[in-house]
Amino acid sequence: MDEKTFLVQQILVRTFAAGTPLLLGTLGEIYSERSGILNLGIEGMMAAGAVAAFATASVTGSPWCGVVAGIVVGGLLALLHAFATVTLKANQIVSGLALTMLGLGISGLWGKRYVGVPLINKILPVRLPVLSNIPILGNAVFNQDLLFYGSVVLGVIMWFILYKTKVGIIIRSVGENPEAADSLGISVWKVRYVCVITGGIFAGMAGSYLSLVYISSWVEGMTGGRGWIVIALTVFSLWNPKRAFLGAYVFGGIYVLQYILQSYGVSPNLLLMLPYIATLAALLAAVKFSKKKRISPPLSLGVPFDRGR
Amino acid sequence: MIQSLELRNISKRFGAVVANENINLGISSGEILGLLGENGAGKSTLMKILFGIYSPDNGGIFVNGKHIKISSPADSIKIGIGMVHQHFMLVSNHTVAENIALGLSDIPFFFPQAKIRNKINEFNNKYGFDVNPDAYIWQLSAGEQQRVEIIKVLIRGAELLIMDEPTSVLTPSEVSALFNALKKFVSAGGLVAFISHKLDEIMDITDKVVVLRRGRVTGQVDTGDTTKEELARMIFDRDVALSVPFRDSICGSSVLEVVNLNVFGDMGVEACRNLSFSVRENEIFGIAGVAGNGQKELIETITGLREPASGSIFIKGKDITNKSPDIINASGVAHIPEERMKFGVVSSLSVCENAALKDQNTHMRFRGVFIDYGKIKELAERIVKEYSVSAPSVESIMGNLSGGNIQKFITGRELLAEPSLIVAAHPTYGVDVGTTEFIRKKLIEKRDTGSAVLLVSEDLEELFQLCNRIAVMFRGRFMGVIDHQHIDMDKIALWMTGVSGN
Repeated sequence: MDEKTFLVQQILVRTFAAGTPLLLGTLGEIYSERSGILNLGIEGMMAAGAVAAFATASVTGSPWCGVVAGIVVGGLLALLHAFATVTLKANQIVSGLALTMLGLGISGLWGKRYVGVPLINKILPVRLPVLSNIPILGNAVFNQDLLFYGSVVLGVIMWFILYKTKVGIIIRSVGENPEAADSLGISVWKVRYVCVITGGIFAGMAGSYLSLVYISSWVEGMTGGRGWIVIALTVFSLWNPKRAFLGAYVFGGIYVLQYILQSYGVSPNLLLMLPYIATLAALLAAVKFSKKKRISPPLSLGVPFDRGR
Repeated sequence: MIQSLELRNISKRFGAVVANENINLGISSGEILGLLGENGAGKSTLMKILFGIYSPDNGGIFVNGKHIKISSPADSIKIGIGMVHQHFMLVSNHTVAENIALGLSDIPFFFPQAKIRNKINEFNNKYGFDVNPDAYIWQLSAGEQQRVEIIKVLIRGAELLIMDEPTSVLTPSEVSALFNALKKFVSAGGLVAFISHKLDEIMDITDKVVVLRRGRVTGQVDTGDTTKEELARMIFDRDVALSVPFRDSICGSSVLEVVNLNVFGDMGVEACRNLSFSVRENEIFGIAGVAGNGQKELIETITGLREPASGSIFIKGKDITNKSPDIINASGVAHIPEERMKFGVVSSLSVCENAALKDQNTHMRFRGVFIDYGKIKELAERIVKEYSVSAPSVESIMGNLSGGNIQKFITGRELLAEPSLIVAAHPTYGVDVGTTEFIRKKLIEKRDTGSAVLLVSEDLEELFQLCNRIAVMFRGRFMGVIDHQHIDMDKIALWMTGVSGN
């Protein structure tokens, strides 16, 4: 293998790895928003999930226990958001922002003693036979860790559930017109709780991926705005898990591009802006596309459901 | 099977307001029961109790003589009661199949759409519907949407259909199709509760009628043994002139001039195509047609809320195309908007403050810094008095007034400004008969004092009663314009469905 091929391969490997937490987060937020609840707390849930995963993995020595802990913490934080926005009908933006601050606070406090501590057991790549022999792409896609494979499978499942099953119709209807769903005997609050918690679980998983796989250590603030990019990617994906793949991996690529361009002497401060400039561009593209395709955000997004209204 | 259903001694209060008091009524298999009354008479509350949305304070529901507890819509669906709401409960971004599959228990978990498709076709054949399972709701006309609602209810095994003001959004031909379907349904043993305030329809379709006034039953008769006049007496407790006959007027010079107007709708479709018409002094020009054929976009363009793609609009010779609503307003255009809560008033402000809206700048003092409350109070009191708005005081919050009073208030605010053009969109939609007559009289009064009126309505009776000329709009075009003396119901009905013919 010559040097150039190797470089391209490495870029692709990192791209998919960088895209994975974005994909996981976006999948979760899609479910939350599809049910009508905007959750701006992704950044916080990711950070708390990341530290929970790292701490648990350090204590138990098992990274998989860490992943479970990340999921549980993400889900619990989302439960708070669900309680505030579904049961108490609080403002979803305020509750979400509070959740972000809470999550970042928890992660800072809990993570203090893990700063600079190396991860004992890492989640290692698993080479899939045959498929990984495909030139370039094979090594990038089929020589990854189990969490990566899991995220891809989950994405497909989430898409299938949303569009091809009974439950999917219920979730989408609750987000579009909760009154209609309610009039048919569907429990709007139950659907919203489940979807918001699903969102938290996925954000927690995304955080676990960051601390256990992508960076393999705990650094305060390691989410670095990924939670916000997830919010933008949810819009970019037009609330469809299929398009979430595209958005996540393109943004994964942009993260990798940061490192590459740095070696060409581009100012790192400028490069730090890259994901956010790309976010703006992606949102513009999404607006154009959604107009053309007649896709709008879930109609009840951000609006609490009140039966007697 | 539901053989008979009875409501016994139903009472329901909301705070101090009595919505239903001691109501008794019964329906049996094969019957259509009409439920008649003004807005606010308690018809909808009663049906919501039957459907389990509200629970009654007193009384009970009996099916086949047995007392049944209904505490949620899920309960009533289980018993076999289905409700077609006045405002459709549909997800407009979803397909027909998805809407019907929603919440249905006996469909497969995976790929539910496929099985639903067959079931929809069964109902299509049975009731003569032509619902396409794969169409999106937003693509359907109101009549088609209603058919989706009916299938949705029937597929859940409803034997008793509650129809809440089902004809308010339908064309005449859609109404007769609906009535045929209902007749088929009851002839197979079904029961129908039909809510309406239109006497003609009640006489047409029902077997017996229950009349409600202020939450009480004021009459219960077999439809065959009664007349419209008698029913009207039961509704209002007095004799009412059912409709003021049309009075002609001599039209003056042109006030509104629309020339080759093209407008795009929200979805980028052509909403108005090359419209040209004028409305003259002392004239009411009506636009008939089913909602969604460009009427809304036309009105928004005239009042400055939407930019036209091309064409021009003149008020008394002055070009107001693309001008801001403020300038158009100052040119003497009054607007009674279609969505009164959204565009007519700010419901969280007081009556007083709402009176000042629109010409707020003339109610300022000290170089336009402070609101002149004395002045706007005076104006509000004048509106309340002259347009008999019943409000506790002018300081009351707008949103606490009833729909009819809000509409009278808006009408008053707009008409007291002495406009040269009045743009009225569905001015009597959803208000009771008394208020309807009041608003119509005021519009005629204004016409007689020289205003031009552009009236968009789906209520043909209203248009016949008020308009000197009527245009029928279909897919953004005028299918034809007809003078009052040449009004021909059949022709208009054809135009409304897009058939031109001569």
